Amino acid sequence: MPEANRAETPGQTESIDAQPPAAPSRIQGGGVGDRIYSITITLMALGVPALLLLIFGVVTVAAWPALRTFGFGFLTSSDWDPVAGKFGAAPALFGTLVSSLIALILATPLALGVSVFLSEFAPAWLRRPVAFVVDLLAAIPSVVYGLWGIFVLIPILRTYVMPFLRDTLHLGATPLFSGPAYGPSMLAAGMILAIMILPYISAVSREVMMAVPRSQREAALALGATRWEMIRGAVIPFAKSGIIGGVILGLGRALGETMAVTMVIGNRAEIAASLFAPGYTMASLIANEFSEATGDLHLSALMAVGFVLFVVTLIVNAGARWLVWRTSREAGA
Amino acid sequence: MTAFRTSPRRRAINVFMTALMWAAAVAATLPLVLILFNLLAKGVTSLDLAFFTHLPAPPGQEGGGAANAIVGTVILVGGASAFGLPIGIGAGIYLAERKGAPLAVLVRFLADVLNGLPSIVMGIFAWELVVVPMHHFSALSGAFALGAMMIPTVTRTTEEMVRVVPTTLSEAALALGYTRWRTALRIVIPTALAGIITGALVALARIAGETAPLLFTAFGNNFWSLSLNKPIAALPLQIFNYATGPYDDWHAQAWAASLVLIALVLLISLLARFATRSGFSRGVE
Repeated sequence: MPEANRAETPGQTESIDAQPPAAPSRIQGGGVGDRIYSITITLMALGVPALLLLIFGVVTVAAWPALRTFGFGFLTSSDWDPVAGKFGAAPALFGTLVSSLIALILATPLALGVSVFLSEFAPAWLRRPVAFVVDLLAAIPSVVYGLWGIFVLIPILRTYVMPFLRDTLHLGATPLFSGPAYGPSMLAAGMILAIMILPYISAVSREVMMAVPRSQREAALALGATRWEMIRGAVIPFAKSGIIGGVILGLGRALGETMAVTMVIGNRAEIAASLFAPGYTMASLIANEFSEATGDLHLSALMAVGFVLFVVTLIVNAGARWLVWRTSREAGA
Repeated sequence: MTAFRTSPRRRAINVFMTALMWAAAVAATLPLVLILFNLLAKGVTSLDLAFFTHLPAPPGQEGGGAANAIVGTVILVGGASAFGLPIGIGAGIYLAERKGAPLAVLVRFLADVLNGLPSIVMGIFAWELVVVPMHHFSALSGAFALGAMMIPTVTRTTEEMVRVVPTTLSEAALALGYTRWRTALRIVIPTALAGIITGALVALARIAGETAPLLFTAFGNNFWSLSLNKPIAALPLQIFNYATGPYDDWHAQAWAASLVLIALVLLISLLARFATRSGFSRGVE
């Protein structure tokens, strides 16, 4: 135990000059020191709830003029016209939900696949590198995803993917894939978001799958299940609520993601049926218009959008944490 | 194998799903490979010495660099750490020491919630709280926004690292007559130090690339500024402005800046990894 020796060395010199002058004084001194120490760390811990309350308070107060002016219609009106002084957040709300939904549809199967691969199929030497590469996606700054989206993803979408979906697969007949392929679009935003949330979903689902007890798997195999049947019957049901938590956590990321989306979504305050059409998300609306806001009501309306975004992500994140926490507690018990 | 037979259909499904999972693994690693490849291919050709030593060229003019943005990012991250690290580490120690206390449960939960807060919301919060009273954009407000973003991450990693310290260590110290605060400062924290540093570095790497909280706070600056009281340039902001601008030369600069930013982030992450490794040999064994 080398660490014990190391820890003791400074301690001994300390106690030599602290011990002789009788026990009571030391205990008293310790009492004051302990109290200061305890108060200090408690205050710092209180900093976390204080910060959250402060953010909530500041954003709510700033959003209040717009919320009072437009009331509930702020969420349902699709009329966002700063010049006319009309502000309805419906297009941004719609864009946020649609782009996040696309991201979830694309990223969830992939994340689950890679998690199953890592926890069940991967040879030992491949496990760490693949996990590392997927996790590394989370380290890339949002603005770099945006840059990549503008100059690599969008040209590919415009010249290959969009014409392929619309004409070759004849999906152009449905409103979802119709219209001209400009490039910057809801689809581009959803795809970028899918890549960005992939590491979050896969990290959580991988962890809960690996936490499934060995005995569960062995029992399934002993009953004659194939490996896939073992995964479907023993691993996934056990890890289910944790996986759902991971997916919702990814959703929370997608809802609030700002820079990459702002750079590829086209920024237009309209509700369009086609995924090829440009749109807005709540985050990209704020990023795009905040510094050029024309007047106090416009600014307050953007704050109100921020307020809605704050509340939505708060609920989504709290739900996800609760689910993950519940699973890990069940696995522990 | 001989006792029973797996039907061909079940076996086929098994083979098919196995192939599908392999395919998913390949597909999931593809984006990173592609992004890094593009970054290297486009970034290296645009990167030259001037990028590190010169100021941005005026719009439309070729050349120039991002020296001010590199320094600006360092200043912003430093300022954020000065504010975010102490609170985060203190809160983390609290969580580790009072595991089950009601306040600890609440703080832990709220830290996780705060961690998922959209960075743009942090931006408008810092704008309202710092920029509006000061009447102008400033490096200070940017550092404040980034520092606030660090707190929940640092809190949770610190907690985890302090928790790993064996209780026998602190019990031994207490039994020898150490007071609680001395046990914490002399025994527990030094043992967990490498881990705490790792957590801090991970948080640093994360905020170094943040753009949204800086849009309306640090704002960006085309000239030299080291003052906390003035708008300041930052690499992520520079990438955003260049990437969405009209000039080819700007786009090349954006790729170069992205490469430098990624290199910076990966460097900090690698440092974090080394800190953990040495921490494990020292702390827990």
